[in-house]
Amino acid sequence: MKIKNKAQCGSLESSDLMVFVEPADSLKIEIESSVKKQYGKSIERTVKEELERAGVKSVYIKIQDAGALDPTIRARVSTALKRGSK
Amino acid sequence: MKEFKLRRTMLYIPGNNPGMIGNADIFGADSVLFDLEDSVAASEKDAARELVGSFIKNRGFSNIEITVRVNPMGSEYIRDDLIAVVDGNLDAVRLPKTNSKNDVRELEKMLEEVEKEKGIGRKIRIHPMIETALGVENTFDIALSSKRIDAITIGGQDLTADMEIVKTEKGDELFYARTRIVMAAKAAGIDAMDTVYADVNNEQGLIEETQMVKKLGFTGKAVINPRQIKPVHNVFRPASEEIEWAREVINAYEAALKEGKGVIAIRGKMIDPPVVKRAQKIIAIAALENGAEDEE
Repeated sequence: MKIKNKAQCGSLESSDLMVFVEPADSLKIEIESSVKKQYGKSIERTVKEELERAGVKSVYIKIQDAGALDPTIRARVSTALKRGSK
Repeated sequence: MKEFKLRRTMLYIPGNNPGMIGNADIFGADSVLFDLEDSVAASEKDAARELVGSFIKNRGFSNIEITVRVNPMGSEYIRDDLIAVVDGNLDAVRLPKTNSKNDVRELEKMLEEVEKEKGIGRKIRIHPMIETALGVENTFDIALSSKRIDAITIGGQDLTADMEIVKTEKGDELFYARTRIVMAAKAAGIDAMDTVYADVNNEQGLIEETQMVKKLGFTGKAVINPRQIKPVHNVFRPASEEIEWAREVINAYEAALKEGKGVIAIRGKMIDPPVVKRAQKIIAIAALENGAEDEE
């Protein structure tokens, strides 16, 4: 999957997250979360798994986390990537 | 496959609300319904179906019936909805605005295709939602249209809109549709679920409506707020006099069987097989209710 456009998905309500994607020449992941110290690595691992599942190698992806659970992160990343690929 | 014993409440959860979806199994409802239809804006249909699908796949939710209300047959969304949510952890799909047996058969065909593509070895059940005048008139045909159907449900808001009338607090205008749907469900041997009670601040109104639909024969009721669960469960709980009567009937029936008597009477009334069956069901529900209360 190739990211052709800027896209976003999610919200900043509690238990959700915002995902922003943009076309890029390489992979860059940025994570903002009030629990980054405890869960930053875990969020990054989940994001990378979803990128791999979608076959996306180059993208700028920014996460603003509001306490989302793993299934929410997976879904929001996946939707943002699909929206960005259209 | 999970075994379902009680279906007194089915809690609606908006499909794009991760906070509520994540907590779906803690509220005490017998069944939850993730909604991809009316509670989701057109621009968020893609996000909601992925979110619901992700939770069903990655979290599972054990010990509770998991259903999804997809978008109606003929909409541009339904196939993508099914692709996103069909999973070994999904129990049933609710089909809104079911108008005819053809709608069910088309859904069944789509489900078969998606289950096969995903390698799911079980058949996901179908809950047709009757919410048009045409659907009401076709209810019995719909109820019999697929072996996957184990419950049928009425949608009061859309039905009254389709009938060009106002849905009132008392709900007299739904009497014909309710009784017709219950009769079709009983004839087909499936559950009948009633529509939601929209005023979440009026507990007495909810209780009275639930008492009325229980009398008509409904198995349970859809709810839109966790606060509505307990009052509905309380109404569907068999009363102690009912349980006492049922025990008496079963004891007399078993004694008559032993003695080879064909006809029995209790409190001056003749007891025949349908009455015994009803008594057995009351005892079974009471036993399950006790189990469910222990878990709550």
